[in-house]
This record gives sequence, C-alpha cells and structure tokens, in this order.
Amino acid sequence: MSDRGYLQASNGIRSWLLTTDHKRIGILYAVAVAAFFLLGGLFAMLVRAELAVPGETIMGQDAYNQSFTLHGVVMVFLVIIPAIPGILGNFVLPLQIGARDVAFPRLNLASWYIFMVGAVLALCGWLVVGNVDTGWTFYTPYSSDGSAAVLWLTTAVFIAGFASIFTGLNFIVTVHKMRAPGMTWNRLPLFVWAIYATAIVQVLATPVIGITMVLLFLERLLQIGIFDPALGGDPVLFQHFFWFYSHPAVYIMILPAMGIISELMGTFSRQQVSGYTFIALSSVAIAFLGFLVWGHHMFVAGQSAISSIIFSMLTFLIGIPTGIKVFNWVATMYKGSVWLQTPMLYALMFLFLFAIGGLTGIMVGVLAVDVHLHDTYFIVAHFHYVMMGGAMIALIGGLHYWWPKITGRMYSETAGKIAAGMVFVGFNLTFFTQFVMGSRGMPRRYHDYKQLLAQYPEFAGWHLASSIGSFVLAAGLFMILIYGLRSLRHGPPASANPWGAATLEWTHTAVTPAAHNFHRTPLVTRGPYDYHLAPELFRSEEQAEHPVATNQEDNIRE
Amino acid sequence: MQDRGGFWLPEAASSLAGDVDALFNFVLYTSMVLFAAVIGSTIYLAVRYRRRNQADCPAPFKESKWLEVSWIIIPTVLVVIVFTWGFQLFIRLGVSPPNSYEITVRAAKWNWLFEYPNGARSNVLHVPVRRPVRLRMSSSDVIHSLFVPAFRVKMDVLPGRYTYAWFEATRQDTFPLMCTEYCGQQHSTMLTDVIALSQDKFDTWLESASIDESMPPSARGELLFLQQGCQACHSVDGTPSVGPTLQGIAMSEREFTDGTRAVADDNYLREAILNPAAQVVQGYAPLMPGQYAATLASEEIDALVAYLQVLEVP
Amino acid sequence: MSSVTQGDTLKHYFASAEQQFDAAKMGMWLFLITEVLLFSGMFVAYTVYRVWHPEVFAHASELLDWQLGALNTLVLLASSFTVALSIHFMQQNEKEKVVVLLLITLLCATAFMVVKYFEYTGKFAHGIFPGAGYEPYGESHGKSYADYDIPFAAQFFSIYFIMTGIHGVHVLVGMVLFAWLATRVARGHFSSAYYTPLELTGLYWHLVDIIWIFLFPLLYLI
Ligand code: HEA
Ligand code: HEA
Ligand code: HEC
Ligand code: CUA
Ligand SMILES: [Cu+2]
Repeated sequence: MSDRGYLQASNGIRSWLLTTDHKRIGILYAVAVAAFFLLGGLFAMLVRAELAVPGETIMGQDAYNQSFTLHGVVMVFLVIIPAIPGILGNFVLPLQIGARDVAFPRLNLASWYIFMVGAVLALCGWLVVGNVDTGWTFYTPYSSDGSAAVLWLTTAVFIAGFASIFTGLNFIVTVHKMRAPGMTWNRLPLFVWAIYATAIVQVLATPVIGITMVLLFLERLLQIGIFDPALGGDPVLFQHFFWFYSHPAVYIMILPAMGIISELMGTFSRQQVSGYTFIALSSVAIAFLGFLVWGHHMFVAGQSAISSIIFSMLTFLIGIPTGIKVFNWVATMYKGSVWLQTPMLYALMFLFLFAIGGLTGIMVGVLAVDVHLHDTYFIVAHFHYVMMGGAMIALIGGLHYWWPKITGRMYSETAGKIAAGMVFVGFNLTFFTQFVMGSRGMPRRYHDYKQLLAQYPEFAGWHLASSIGSFVLAAGLFMILIYGLRSLRHGPPASANPWGAATLEWTHTAVTPAAHNFHRTPLVTRGPYDYHLAPELFRSEEQAEHPVATNQEDNIRE
Repeated sequence: MQDRGGFWLPEAASSLAGDVDALFNFVLYTSMVLFAAVIGSTIYLAVRYRRRNQADCPAPFKESKWLEVSWIIIPTVLVVIVFTWGFQLFIRLGVSPPNSYEITVRAAKWNWLFEYPNGARSNVLHVPVRRPVRLRMSSSDVIHSLFVPAFRVKMDVLPGRYTYAWFEATRQDTFPLMCTEYCGQQHSTMLTDVIALSQDKFDTWLESASIDESMPPSARGELLFLQQGCQACHSVDGTPSVGPTLQGIAMSEREFTDGTRAVADDNYLREAILNPAAQVVQGYAPLMPGQYAATLASEEIDALVAYLQVLEVP
Repeated sequence: MSSVTQGDTLKHYFASAEQQFDAAKMGMWLFLITEVLLFSGMFVAYTVYRVWHPEVFAHASELLDWQLGALNTLVLLASSFTVALSIHFMQQNEKEKVVVLLLITLLCATAFMVVKYFEYTGKFAHGIFPGAGYEPYGESHGKSYADYDIPFAAQFFSIYFIMTGIHGVHVLVGMVLFAWLATRVARGHFSSAYYTPLELTGLYWHLVDIIWIFLFPLLYLI
C-alpha cells in the first residue's frame, strides 16, 4: 500500500500538468523554479565574469546592464518569491496540518499556470524586445521613457503577482479551515506558522505592486504623467509605491525560510524548539512591521528628513523579533541531541549567513551610515547574505530534509556534505569581499571599475576574489543538482521517517505519501516537537531503517 | 591621495566624515560582538550536544523566561542607542551651515556640470577647503546620485526639483566623485573628481574658469565643449566613441540612418546640437541628449559651432 | 437533478459541507481584501495629486457630468439590492425569482456600462484622453474645453480613466458571472442547500458597488 505513493498514483505527462494534488503542484514549482534559478545564476555568472578583471572583458555596457537587470528580475520575481511557498509550502503544509489537500486545489494549479504565463512574458520581454536594462527596481523616469521591454516586464510582474496572491490566499484558508482534529494553533509546526505569516504579506502587499505595475505600464504607454517628472509626475512617488510592496516582499522571501530553519533545528536537535510561541508570533510581528519600513530604501532619494527618521526607527524594530528567532534557534540545541546531517549543516549555515545579512541590514538602517553605503556593493552584499545566504540556503536545506518524503530516495550524504562546504566557502568569498569594497566606495550596477583604480587600486583584488568565489559557489550548487538528480534513480530507498521527526508528514504518511495523503484523518494529540512523547519514532534503529514495517496507521493515537 | 583609509572605510576628508566613521565602527564592532556570541554559542552547542547515539531522546527543555526577556531587552537598548546617534548625525549631514558657499550641480546622461556663483562652469568640482560647500542639484533627464566616498556624502539628483548636499573638505587633494543611481548605458563612467583647493588657489582657478566675454568665439566654444561634457561622447582627435568624432567635421559629408546625406555646414552643426534626433548619423544610436536647446544660450551655440569649425584634421 | 444535496458538491478533501462553505467564503473575503488594496493604490495616487494640486482637480472635475455619475450610482445600488434579494429567494428555493432578479442585475450592470460608454466617448470627442493625448478642445454645456488645458488636468483625467476603467473591468467580470449564474440557477444546479457561487458573487458585487460609492464623490463631486 505504501508503495503506491502519489508519484505512482497516475502516470503520463497529463497527469502532471492537470494535477490538483498539492504535492505534485509543489513539484511543478520545483522544476520551474530550478530552471529559473539556473537562468538567474547564469546571468549572475556573466556579471561576475565581466567584473573579474578591470576593463571591458566579455561584454559591453548595454549587455552588462541587461545582465544584472535580468539577474535581479529573474531571481526576485521568478525564483525567490515563488520558491519556498510554491515548492515546500505546497508539498509540506497540507501534510503538516493533517489535511488531504489545500482548500482550493484547482486555484492552486491555476496559480502555477498564472506564474508560468508571467514568467514567459518576462522572458519574451527579454527575447523579443530586448534591452531590458532598468534594474529590477524599474525606477522612473529611466524606465518610463526607455525600452519598450518595460511593457512586457510590468505585465509579467503584474500577472505573476496574482499567482502569489492566490497561493497566499489558498494557504490562509487552508490553515484556518483544513486542520486535522486536535491540530490546535499551538500545535501547528513552525513552518506552518511561517507560511501563514508569509501568506498574509502576500495577500496584503502584492496588490500594491500590481497597481504600481499597471501605472508604470500606462506611464510608458500613454505618458499619464503620474511618475514621469517631464510630464509633471513624481519619480519619488514611484519609489514609494515600489518599495511599499518590495520591502514586505523581502519578508515573503525570508519568513518561509525561517519556518524551514525552525523545523530543521527541532528535528536535528531532537529537542523542543525553544520559545515556540515567541517564534510563531514573531513571524506575525515581522509580517506586520514589514509594512512600515519601506522608506529605508529612500534615505537619500529626496524624501523628507522626518520620514527618513521614522522609517529608520521602525526598521530597527524589525531586528528585535528577528533576533528572538535567531536566539531561540541557537537555544534549541541546548540539552538536545544534535545530528549534523546535511540539512542541519544548511540550518547552521543559515544562522551564520543570515546573522551577517541581518546585522548589516541594521547597519544600513542607520541613517547617517546609509548615506555612505547606499547603492554601493555593501548593499549588494547585504541582500545576497539575506536572500541567497538566508532564503536560498534554507530552501536548499529544506529540499534535502524533505527529499526522502518527496522522492522516496536518499541522496548521498557524503556528496551533500562536500557540496555544503563548497557552497559555504564560495558564498562567503563571493559576497564578504563585496562588503569591504562596498564600504570603501565601490558603487553597484557598474559595468567597470577601471577608472576607479587610480584612486582605489584595491577594488581589483576584491572583485577578482569575489568572482573566484562565485565560481566555487556555482560548482557547489551544480554538485547538488547532480547528486540530487542521480539519487532519483540510484539513491537508496528512504524510510518513512529517516530523521526521526515528529510532525505529521513524517509520522502519519507512507514513504511517499498517498495521493490523498492520509488513509485516515490523523488525530493530533501532541505538539510538533514533543519527541519525548513519541520515542517509537527513533528508539529502535531497526524501525528507523525499515519503516515499511511500521504501518503508518499504527501511529495514529486516538 | 596618500591616505588610504582603514580596512573598511576609504580615506576621510570632510568635517563630518570622522563622525560618520565613528558611528559606522560602533555599529560594525557591536554587530561583530553579537555575531561572535551567536556563532560562538552555535558551535559550542552543536559540539557539546552532538548526537552520540541514534536512540538518544533528551528530556524536553523549556526555555527560561528571563532568557527570552533578556534577548528582547538587550537588542532593544542597542538599537535605541544606534538610532539616536544615527539620526542626530543625519540631521547634521542634512542641514548645511548658513554661511555655505553654494554651487549648482546639473547632472545629465552622463556628465556633471558645476556652476559657481560668478557664472564659472566646470565638469570637475572645485571647492575651497575648510569652508562649508552646499550643492544645489538637479538633473536634466533621469535620476542620478552624487557620491563622494571621501566625504561620506551621497544624495540623489532628481529631474524637476532641487535636492541638496553639503560638506566641508578638510584637505587639499583630489577625490573621486561618482554617480550612484543607475542612469543607463554609461552609468559606470559618469565619474569626475572633486578638487579641494586652498581659498587662494580656488579664487585663482575661479577667475580662469569664468567665461570671458572678450574671448574669441572658438575659444569660448572649446571651454563650453569641456564644461558641457561633450567630450564624454565625442573625441576631437579622431577616435570614435559613443558619438562620432568631431575632428574635421566642418564641411564634411555626413550620412544618416535614413539613407540621406548632407554636408556639415554651420546650419547642420547647429541643428545637430539643438535637435540631435532629427538626423542620426549612420552607425550611431540616437543617444545624444536633446536638452541643449533648453540649456544653452544661442551665443553659446554659436560659440560651439565656431569651435567645431576649427577642429581640422592635422 | 432538481434538488441538489450537499453530498453532490462536497469535494473529497473537505470533511463537511459546512467546512467547504466556510473555506470558500473566507477565500472570497481574502480576495476582496486584495481588491480593496488594489484600488487603494489608485486612491493613494489620487489623494497625492489632489493634495498637491487641489484647485486643478476641483476645476477639472467640473467636466465630469455629475448627473450621469449619480444615475450610475443609483443603477449600481439597485443592482446590489437585486443581488441581495436573489440570495434571499435562493434560500427559499424560488428559482424563477432568482433567475429574474439575476437578469435584472445583469441589466443594471449593462446600463451602467452603457452610461460609461457615453461618458467616455463624450470625453474622447473633446480630445480628453488619458496621458499625453490630452488636448481638450471644443465646447459643450457652456464650457469651453480649451480652458481646461492646464497643467495637471491631464493627471486628473488619467486617474479618472484608470480608476473608472479598472472599475469598469470589474463590472464586466460581474456581468459574465451573473449570466453564468442565471443559467446555472435555471438549470437547477443550486438549491437552498448549496448556492455558494451565488453568495460569493454577491459579495463581489457589493464590493464593486462600494468602490463606486467612493469613486463617484471623489471624481465627480469634490
Ligand atoms: C530576504 C531579503 C531581505 C531581508 C530578510 C532583509 C532584512 C533587512 N534589511 Fe534588507 N534589503 C534586501 C533584502 C532583504 N533585507 C534587498 C533585496 C535590498 C536592496 C534592494 C535594492 O536596492 O536593490 C535591501 C536593502 C536594505 C536597505 C536599504 C539600503 C540602501 O539601499 O541604502 C535597508 C536599510 O535599512 C535594509 C535593512 C534591512 C533590515 C534592518 C533587515 C532586518 O529584517 C534584518 C533583521 C535581522 C537581524 C537584525 C539579524 C539577527 C538578529 C540578531 C542576531 C539579534 C541582534 C539584533 C540587534 C541588536 C538589532 N535592507
Ligand atoms: C534571490 C535572489 C538572488 C540570488 C540567489 C542571487 C545570486 C547571485 N548574485 Fe545577485 N542580485 C539579486 C538577487 C539575487 N542574486 C538582485 C535583486 C540584484 C540587484 C539587481 C539590480 O541591481 O537591479 C543582484 C545583483 C547582483 C550583483 C550586482 C550587480 C551590479 O550591481 O552591478 C552581483 C555581482 O556580483 C550579483 C551576483 C550574484 C551571484 C554570484 C549569485 C550566485 O549566488 C548565483 C549562484 C547560482 C548559480 C550559479 C546557478 C546554479 C544553480 C543550479 C546548479 C541549480 C540548482 C537547483 C537547485 C538547488 C534547486 N548579483
Ligand atoms: C550622451 C552622449 C553625447 C553627448 C553628451 C553629446 N553628444 Fe553629440 N552626438 C552623440 C551621438 C551618439 C551622435 C550621433 C547620432 C546623432 O547624430 O544623433 C552625436 C552627434 C553629434 C553631432 C553630429 C555629428 C556628425 O557626425 O554629423 C554634433 C555636431 C554633435 N553631436 C555635437 C555635440 C555637442 C556640441 C555636444 C555638447 C554640447 C554633444 N554633441 C554632446 C552623443 C552625444
Ligand atoms: Cu548618472 Cu548613474
Ligand atoms: Cu527593505
């Protein structure tokens, strides 16, 4: 019975493209996002290759400007925003709350298609019109009287936004209405809390980017004069509109990642996640505060000093709920039993990198300091530490963690650890160097720095080191891709609960869950991290190794 | 520039740079201590409590309330300090002293133009040392941003409105000035320098840079050519750049993208400056700014045309 | 076929019809919130420009015909009422009345769009377009349009066209939904036990109505 998991429930390409099974939709997202990540990564490598040595090497100014724009647009709108909710939120969330599916499965599939339409339009903008060179921030008036590709991109972002809205809406309703009996709010796994908080942000913030894109579209098409100063419009107003969404959006990126980290810290420390309530509620606090700080991107943009001061203060407040999470994750290991498997290595790596990214976020939130650091590589380093080092590393850790549940196979632990090491070293070499050159004055979005070398000769060394690091990082990521794909065929079969985790997706489903997840709706009698109440999950090596012997239904305690 | 600054920050040469650096360092080192504490404990705990037996099931441990409270309070105190400090300094960075020397800055794709109170203009910013200088800035096209790392000063330059920045240079030297708001193709070469001079030298320079009505038109044209940043796109020595070289342009035959041809007489040159999009030279993109009709006086156009006429092929 | 029971429409992943209904309703409410936020972006743009240029906005709004606006307000209010009534009759299982009411709603919505059509074309005829095409000319109702060729009047009309345009798209969507619902009700797909789509469309329609209630005074009156 347990071998008839959702993967074999039906066959053929149609069974995938028309599926309403949340698990399969999760995989559709995984495939799409991985492809876009490769594409975004390719553009990143072009950027780094050009900057490796001074002078024009592999491409000219226009090509460079398009590369970083496409890199930013692809990574933000097509990778990191849909990634965790789309892949792991879809796959894991219904399982974790004991539901048979999300509340609106067809809407869920529709979201994926909407997302793909948006993605295709964005790529059309690049391939058909070309000259996409506004930066991912689309600042007017540069965008509103530049390349016509802006029309495609704004449409793409508008449409992809709906996918995000519908995903969020689906999850909110699912969490409210579809929980299994006994799954009270304080028994929700922290990943669910995090996705829930994310969904609130998605629903509340995304419509604003939608309307911003509509206005920008019309500005470019009809010159409506809202944002273009030549027509009496106000470019700073555009920045307000843009960041009103795009700051909350960074919490769409990081909150689910934090949810993954909570799961990993709990499972691999086999200990109650310290400060459960604090972590759960701090997600909600971050989601809420995230709406009030957008102006910190505009300290030198010409907004009034008083707004800058208020935004700076609110920015700092976000550090506090985030700090609560970080400290609690660390404290979770106290008196635990820490198992340093690959997913846990990524969790620890997340702590390291996200702490740097977050603390430098606080640094750039300091008004007088940001004046110097704004639009330098210091900012580039800050956001790569939180986005790549935080969100993407957590995603990679989460994929390793749920891999056995998704595919029914184990990947090679040795390869996993080596790749993790390469990613860690490569990442820090790539981006730590950028902090130094940034605070020394290297501006971002620069095609070249040859002319700066006369006065700042050190830039050459830092850039070269950064480029070398990026190739190490890329090699590490490729290694993950390869051993991951390999494990699909050659990986040893997994057990239903290889990590001894205590949440429902591990305890109450087959190796790969059945099409409808649970044969009987689980009755929840304990918290998500009450390992001491469920010792049967890992007490015997025998059982852990051969879980087929444990019929998952025996675990339902009624 | 002998002074190389420290590891993190470049050389500091303005009256407020030291204060900014002190704050930067305070935040940086506090962050490092916090970071060391977090990562130190992480490593310690991961090693101390590493799993020794797969069947380990440690007793549940409930977090202590005072610990939760302490890590709410300590960060709160820290951010309050940093915020207060940061915003006081920000006010000082924002408000220029009343006796400041005012220079008008005009940014355009992709050059800087500085105008001094006596009407002098230059592409390189000249300032007197030990005297507060206030920049009144605006842009003729898209958003740019003026950044002088050595002064720790940065401010966006917007079209259609003025923004301000001020600093007081503390040392006679040359400091790089960069554009830090993405403004299109040549954003990365929208660079120039700030030259800080003693008051005497500054005054002398100011004299020499002001346009003297008695100069011959072609000499004034040459000055304007530099001041207006034409050389950003046009060479006068034959090397091609973003725009065609202007060496020997007068009376030569030009070919345009629409296939038509014309001889570059006075009127053509005038049109090419005032209305560059009307005829685009074969082999070039229509990148020349259309602003000159608005920003140049007609005598200035005359002077430029006069200058272009003397650029003969040697 | 004639009497729909709960079992027919219960999806397997829901435990009960009640759960299914609650979920649908909550989903709809959330969707309406996103709609409100979408419009609030435009209201912000409106407010900002109104605060910056109050006289221009007051002046330019004279060109909008408040009587047509008021007519449309009444039409929409009436249609909201008929929708509410149709839900009431659905609960009583009086399908014929429901169908009639839905058709009246559809009619009101059409009337609204027709009035809008005349308003729009009336503006276009005088060179009032969104954006750079704004070049008012001619005369009507004793007003010389050229007098309105002042800075920022174009912004007023851009905002007017965008807001009423997006609102109009919502009305069109509503019309499609009502046509679809009327057929389904006529075919007996709904009963007092199950009429979620009708209920949800009703909610949507009330929102479309409420947004107009804000648009009308802001654009036509003040
Ligand atoms: C995942 C994405 C993500 C995340 C999570 C964050 C998190 C934060 N960001 Fe970041 N940010 C970006 C993505 C992100 N950012 C991007 C993409 C940009 C640039 C966009 C562009 O211009 O292209 C940007 C730019 C940016 C700016 C503008 C800089 C500029 O352009 O001049 C600022 C300024 O305040 C800022 C601040 C912060 C702060 C305070 C946090 C906080 O949330 C961080 C909180 C975390 C911690 C503080 C660390 C953990 C806490 C402790 C260890 C406890 C101790 C803490 C204290 C004592 C405070 N960010
Ligand atoms: C999610 C967000 C994200 C991510 C992950 C990255 C990843 C990387 N970024 Fe990017 N970056 C941005 C978001 C992101 N970036 C944004 C928003 C900007 C600003 C743009 C702007 O200014 O407009 C920017 C700008 C930016 C710049 C500055 C350009 C400039 O200002 O001139 C640079 C320069 O070094 C850079 C480099 C890199 C590098 C080397 C990586 C590397 O980490 C990339 C490594 C990835 C690969 C090489 C692909 C390999 C992938 C696989 C093998 C697939 C495996 C699949 C799975 C595991 C699922 N980025
Ligand atoms: C941003 C770059 C840029 C700047 C600054 C610029 N130009 Fe040009 N210019 C061009 C380009 C590109 C062309 C060729 C395309 C065209 O004809 O429009 C051109 C063409 C010309 C021509 C016609 C040349 C020919 O070969 O027929 C003249 C004359 C000229 N520019 C003069 C000037 C003067 C004088 C200034 C300064 C006041 C100036 N340009 C500033 C980019 C620039
Ligand atoms: Cu000017 Cu960048
Ligand atoms: Cu932000």
